[in-house]
Amino acid sequence: MTNYGTAIRDGFVYLLANHPEVFTIGQGLWSPWYVGNSMTNLDKEFGKERVIDTPVSELACTGAALGAALAGKRPIVIHPRVDFALLAIDQIVNQAAKWCHMFGGQVSVPLTIRAIVNRGGEQGAQHSQSLYSWFAHIPGLRVILPATASDARDLLVASVLGRDPVLYIDDRWLYEQEEELAPIQILDLRREGPRQTSKGEDITLVGASYASLLCKKADQELRRNHGVTCDVFDLRVINPLNCETIVESVQRTGRLLVVDCDWSSCGLAAEVIAQVAECVEPAVLRCRPARVTLPDAPAPTSSALESAYYPKMTTVVERAMSLLKKV
Amino acid sequence: MITTDDSHHLGKLADSNSYWDPINIDGEDPRELLDQLRLMVLIRCAEERIGEGFGKGVIRCPCHLVIGQEVPAVGLASRIQKGDKVFGAHRSHAHYLALGGDLRKLLAEVLGRDTGCSKGMGGSMHLIALEQGLYGTVPIVGATIPIAAGAALAAKLDKSDSVVVSFLGDGATEEGVFHETLNFASNFQLPVVFVIENNLFASHLHMSLRQPFDSTCRFAQAHGVSWQRVDGNDLVAMKRASSLAVCQARAGAGPQLIEAVTYRWRGHVGDREDQDVGVARKEGLESWKKRDPIQRLALALETSGRLDEGMLQDMRKKSQTVVAEAWEQARLDPFPAAEALLDRVYFK
Repeated sequence: MTNYGTAIRDGFVYLLANHPEVFTIGQGLWSPWYVGNSMTNLDKEFGKERVIDTPVSELACTGAALGAALAGKRPIVIHPRVDFALLAIDQIVNQAAKWCHMFGGQVSVPLTIRAIVNRGGEQGAQHSQSLYSWFAHIPGLRVILPATASDARDLLVASVLGRDPVLYIDDRWLYEQEEELAPIQILDLRREGPRQTSKGEDITLVGASYASLLCKKADQELRRNHGVTCDVFDLRVINPLNCETIVESVQRTGRLLVVDCDWSSCGLAAEVIAQVAECVEPAVLRCRPARVTLPDAPAPTSSALESAYYPKMTTVVERAMSLLKKV
Repeated sequence: MITTDDSHHLGKLADSNSYWDPINIDGEDPRELLDQLRLMVLIRCAEERIGEGFGKGVIRCPCHLVIGQEVPAVGLASRIQKGDKVFGAHRSHAHYLALGGDLRKLLAEVLGRDTGCSKGMGGSMHLIALEQGLYGTVPIVGATIPIAAGAALAAKLDKSDSVVVSFLGDGATEEGVFHETLNFASNFQLPVVFVIENNLFASHLHMSLRQPFDSTCRFAQAHGVSWQRVDGNDLVAMKRASSLAVCQARAGAGPQLIEAVTYRWRGHVGDREDQDVGVARKEGLESWKKRDPIQRLALALETSGRLDEGMLQDMRKKSQTVVAEAWEQARLDPFPAAEALLDRVYFK
C-alpha cells in the first residue's frame, strides 16, 4: 500500500529519473519538513542542481521557472502553501496563463506549479486557503486537484509532461490515504476529467480533492445505514471543467449535491451547479441543487472554531438526507 | 547615516545640455558602424510610420515609441549570438528590429493582422521572434525580468554558453520583482544581462519624483551584480559595454547590469511629443534632441570621411521606402479568424 504523500514523491522520482529536462524549485526543498513525506531526500537522490532551494522570493522563483520552461525545461515550482502562491500571482495569471495565447499559439509552456493546501492545525487565515476556483477562473491554466494516491502520482506526471501551465494543488488532509498502486500510467491531461467513483440511484454527489474523500465516506455511510445509493464524482480537473458525465447522472438521479472545501461565493460548487442547471430540464430536478462549502469567512485559528468551520462526512450525509426529505 | 557613491548618481549624463558632440568612433570598424547607423535609421522610420498610423487611428493598440532611444537595442543586439535569448517589455519595437525581426510582421502585428509576429494576438506590446532570439516582450512592468533569469538558469543547468538579456526601463526598478530577481540571479550566478534603459521617465513621472537618486546602478551594487553606466545615446559606448557584459556573463562571471542613459522623444504612449498622457512635458525636449543618437553617430562618420549628407539622406529615403512597402502589404493582410480566440488558449 502506498499513501498519497509517498505517491507524490514517486511521481517526482519518476520524472527526475526519466526526464533530464525536469527540475524542481521552491522554498525549503533541501529541508522539506512542511510538505509531509512528499519530497523527502529528493535533493540527495537527484542533486541540488535539480532540486533547488531558493531565496524567499515567490514571484522571482515562479517567473524564473516560467523562463526556464520557455527555454526548454520542465520545471515544477513548489509553493508549500497555496497562500504563498499569491505572492507570485502576476507570473501565474498574467504571464504563464497568457503566454501561449498572446503570442499566437506559437509557444508551449510546460510549467507545473504545485501548491499545497494545509488546513487545520490552528494555522489560520494565511496558511489554510484553497483558492482553487480563483485559478480555475483563468483561461490558459490547467487546474488539477488529485484526491487519490494514484491521481496524486499520475496527474503530477501528466502535468509535468504536458505542454501547458498547470496548477497542481494537493491537500495535506489526504496524505495518509492509502492505495495499492498500479505501475505509472502516462496520462494526457487534455483527455482527463471528472471520474465516477461510485454508482447509485438516489442522488449525485460531486467533490474534488479533500471533498472527494468526504463524498466517498458519505456515500458509504448513506448506503450502509440509510439505504441511500449515490452516483459519486471526483472532479480531478477543474479547469477546463467538463461536467458532461455529471449532467448525465443528474438526468437519472434528479438530485445534485456538490461538496467543496472552499468558499461558496463564485466558487467551484457554484460552477458545477450552473453547468448542470444549464443542461437539464427543470422538470428533471426532484429537488433544488445544493452545495456544502466552507462558511464565507477566513479560516479561524482556535481549534474550537476550526471544527465548526470545516465540513465533515456527517455534514454531507445530513445535507443529502435533507435533499431526500429523509430527515 | 546615508552614504552615496557613484552608483547613485547619473551626474552629467542627466544634464540635457551635455553630450551633444559627435561620438568617439576611434578604433571601431566603420563598415559595422554604417550598418548599425542604417539599422537605427530604419528603426526610426518604422517608428515614425507607426506613430503616424497611431495618430490617424489606423493602428488601435497602444504603441510605445522608441524614437530617440535606438542605441541600447542596436548596441546590445550586435553582441548577441545564436542560442542567446532576449526579453523585452512594453517599448520593444527596437529590440525586435535590432535582433533582425521581420519588419512586415511587426507592422502586421501592430495592425492586428493574422500575419503578424504574434499572429495578430499580441499587438505592439506582445512581440516575439523566436528565430532571432526574441523570446517575448510584455507590458506588465518588470514581468520579464525573472523570466529572463529563469531562461539563464536553464542555460546554466544545460552547461551551455548562452546568455540571456532582460531589457527594462527605469520604472521597472521600482517593482519588487526587480530586486527579487537581482538577488536570485546573483545568488545563483546566472548568465543574465540586465539592460536598464533609463530614459528618466516612467509614464509621465520624472525620476526625481519617484526615486531618491537618479541612477539605478545602486541596486546592482547592493545585490553584488557587476554594473556599467553608459551614455545610452552613444552607439560605441553601448557596444563596448555590451561586449564586456555579454562576455563576462558567457564566461560564468554571473549577472551583469548596464544602465544606458537615454531620453524618450515621444509621450509614454502614442505619437505626440507635446503631451504625455494628458500632461504637458516640462523637461527641455529640444535640448535632449541635440543628444540625438543617430545624428551624433552620423557626424562622427562624416568627420572621419565615411559618410556624407547625401548618403545619410539616401539611407533615410531607402528606409522610408522599405517601411512604406511593408506597411502597404501589411494593411492588405487578413485579420485573425474568430476561431483564433479559443484555438490558442492551450498549446496545440
